[in-house]
Amino acid sequence: MLVIVPAWNEQDSVGATVREILGVHPEVDVLVVDDGSGDATAERAEAAGARVARLPFNLGVGGAMRTGYRHAVRNGYDIAVQIDADGQHDPRFLPALIAELDHADICIGVRFAKPDDPYTVRGPRRWAMYLLARVLSRLAGTRLTDVTSGFRACNRRAMQVFAEHYPAEYLGDTVESLVIATRVGCTITQVPIDMRRRTAGTASASPARAALFLFRAVVALGLALVRKWPASFDEGVVGEDGPISLDAA
Amino acid sequence: MTSATVLGLAAAIIVVITLFEMLRRHRLREKYALIWFVLAMGSLTVAAFPALLYGLADLLNVQVPSNLVFFIASLLLLAMSLQHSFEIGKLEERTRTLAEEVALLRLSIESTESSTEPTDRSVE
Repeated sequence: MLVIVPAWNEQDSVGATVREILGVHPEVDVLVVDDGSGDATAERAEAAGARVARLPFNLGVGGAMRTGYRHAVRNGYDIAVQIDADGQHDPRFLPALIAELDHADICIGVRFAKPDDPYTVRGPRRWAMYLLARVLSRLAGTRLTDVTSGFRACNRRAMQVFAEHYPAEYLGDTVESLVIATRVGCTITQVPIDMRRRTAGTASASPARAALFLFRAVVALGLALVRKWPASFDEGVVGEDGPISLDAA
Repeated sequence: MTSATVLGLAAAIIVVITLFEMLRRHRLREKYALIWFVLAMGSLTVAAFPALLYGLADLLNVQVPSNLVFFIASLLLLAMSLQHSFEIGKLEERTRTLAEEVALLRLSIESTESSTEPTDRSVE
């Protein structure tokens, strides 16, 4: 089993996150994907006992995750789990997520699943999350309450899908990737978890940001729904007009 | 020759010369040069023989021929910038894939190097 931790400038929390994961589950491999950080993220993660894949520049969570899933597929892992580097996700919920993989391809650790959930959001951000959750629930044919969660486990089948197609756009990494997964026939389920407050850094929460989030959520969702899958970008292929011969400058 | 004709001819000739020079210095790929060359030739033709433009405007019931020029020009520019957006998107996707592969290659090189030394944590 591989735990993938995408990290971008998370030097204050990545070490603790990795140590916590390895402390609770010493048997797993932890791969921190350093998304072009300018700080000591990679070094701290390595010191904490994780393997670190360093991206040469910032690609966004989507790029980091696809790197992680490719690593998982190529190295024959059966289960890949995604955990945020900021310490929001409690690794003690890992067994609960993995248990769900017996009857689903993807399991998301979600907020808002229980009425007494301490984590609340209001305003446009809440509408956005509600809308996303409703549409994704319809697509997946099951009740999903928090589709933007970055805490998820997937089996080999879903891993292979994500290794090929994991959108780099904002919100694409969570929402669109789920749409892709349902399109190719993966089943999704969820497990309620308690999300902790971020141990370091700040969450984006101003009203303008929230409204922007709603707008981008609608755009991302709309695009994800009308797009043709698999993606039409011919990634990793030589150009249509044969091998590209750049001018000898 | 009217001044408009001279202006049009001069502009078209400058474009053709610039294209030729850029191609000669390896600053432009042929596939992009071709479309610009066709456009330059088109404007050269229209500048040299304005009657062509008037005839076409008449045929399409456009009252002011220059408006037809602006319309066609803006459409062409729109198409070309769309084409460039597409190309950029493709390039971004490719650089992204390359960056991911580089990260994974570095990881596998590092693990090969460190496997010769004793590791502090055994891999399951």
